[in-house]
Amino acid sequence: MKNFRFKFDWVVLPAIGLALVLAIWSASSETWAGKLPSPGQTWDKSKLYITEPFAHRGVQDQGIVRFTLYSLILVAKGYALALLLGVPLGFCLGLSDFFTRTFDPIFQILRPVSPLAWLPLGLVLFHKNEPAAIFTIAICAMWPTVLNTAVGVRSIPQDYLNVARVLSLSRTRTLFSVLLPAALPYMFTGFRLSLGIAWLVIVAAEMLTGIPGVGNFLYQEYNSGIFEHILLCIITIGIVGFAMDRIMSIVENNLKRVFA
Amino acid sequence: MPLLELSKVCKGFGYNGSRVEVLKDINLEIEQGEFVAIVGYSGAGKSTLISMIAGLLAPDSGSLRLEGKPITRPGPDRGVVFQNYSLLPWKSVFGNIYLAVDQVFPDWTKANKTEHAERYIEMVNLTPARNKRPNELSGGMRQRVALARALAVEPRILLMDEPLGALDALTRATLQDEIERIWRRDQKTVVMITNDVDEGILLADRIVPLSHGPRATLGPSVEVNLPRPRDRKAMNHDPRFQKIRAEVIHYLLGSNPRIRRKTAPIPAFDVPLGLVREAV
Repeated sequence: MKNFRFKFDWVVLPAIGLALVLAIWSASSETWAGKLPSPGQTWDKSKLYITEPFAHRGVQDQGIVRFTLYSLILVAKGYALALLLGVPLGFCLGLSDFFTRTFDPIFQILRPVSPLAWLPLGLVLFHKNEPAAIFTIAICAMWPTVLNTAVGVRSIPQDYLNVARVLSLSRTRTLFSVLLPAALPYMFTGFRLSLGIAWLVIVAAEMLTGIPGVGNFLYQEYNSGIFEHILLCIITIGIVGFAMDRIMSIVENNLKRVFA
Repeated sequence: MPLLELSKVCKGFGYNGSRVEVLKDINLEIEQGEFVAIVGYSGAGKSTLISMIAGLLAPDSGSLRLEGKPITRPGPDRGVVFQNYSLLPWKSVFGNIYLAVDQVFPDWTKANKTEHAERYIEMVNLTPARNKRPNELSGGMRQRVALARALAVEPRILLMDEPLGALDALTRATLQDEIERIWRRDQKTVVMITNDVDEGILLADRIVPLSHGPRATLGPSVEVNLPRPRDRKAMNHDPRFQKIRAEVIHYLLGSNPRIRRKTAPIPAFDVPLGLVREAV
């Protein structure tokens, strides 16, 4: 009975949800949204890209996994820069009230700025597409890391700081043996949110710069009128984003268990 | 010259109108090798007092000296055992102790430091749990790790802030025996804060009562001149034990304004234990 219940919750219900969405999608493309390809058409036109995922038929015509990899590599670069900038900034915010009073208002103003607004500035600053895209990803994605690191550092229990003081740990050792591990669970929440944003930004960055990748493919196929591929890209982006979030959350939960 | 000397130490918290004087005119001298228990009410300022000796807090006035030198900051010449263990949860038993050893003896070889840390793990009987993390250990085991960490830096004086306060009665008794055994082995100078008079009598050479706050101060010392090792059960019937307990309780109850008004003077003998526990 319990086994049945499990299957029902985790297999049957999601399958019903998927079927419903496909039905609405089909019905829409039949009725009010004439240009929207039906699920069947989408599959027919996308088959080649899925069954030959690493194909390289030309710059604009590659397998979907290959395009995704291009995007992931670019995201990885931007994300790495976001963490490299975000963690030290977060530590400064968490450790120093002076620093917080000085810079927090500016951070609060920069934080909500859209990637679409940063990208042209990146192009002005770096002249080339890829550095501009990396800059945009980093500056948009780093805020959750900055803020969560700051919260993590501020909420380090006084006990741990007392231990560091009683043992007269040096500054570096206090940082690496006490502060960093104690703040890590919070920081990881920031890392996870940052990764989500980086993946959101990549599509916009690729569209505007023309760097090959899943986002660029989407926009190019819109221009070529192959709307089936837009849907293919949307589904791919969603699945990849979901997978990354799951992986990060598994790592995060394991960390929390160790640090509890 | 006493090893530790506190003279006219005062400490308060807060500003102006909401300021509370916690400790007032604390005078205390502790000799090399002495085991002193400071017994007092919860919230009287016991932890504040030990934090000042540890160097985590500065006094408002008065002076604290260790071997004649003023205490200005924490240092490895004072080993501290905190009530809530304060172990780093991401490090193993060995890792927690090694961190301390590595910091205090930087010139030693790695093998030396490892061996030293392991000797102290063995001393508190935790060798089988060497690689476990604190969250896999019971409260009593955690406090043993904290004790081993404090001792492993070979401090001049061991400061314990209600080290057994968070433990159940049985674990408490076991750890009391271990503290006594370790203390007898290397005759370390110890200051232990506790709210349990019996614990003080069982372990200490001298009990110093801390009066009820605010403006708590130390009462007259009571020497515990009972032979060691002290037997917990036999002590309950020993008139010398009862006399010491009565003296300490008498001072503590007398210092509490709420109790002072309500109760007649406490007879020097035969204080019912239950009542004493409740009051303190």
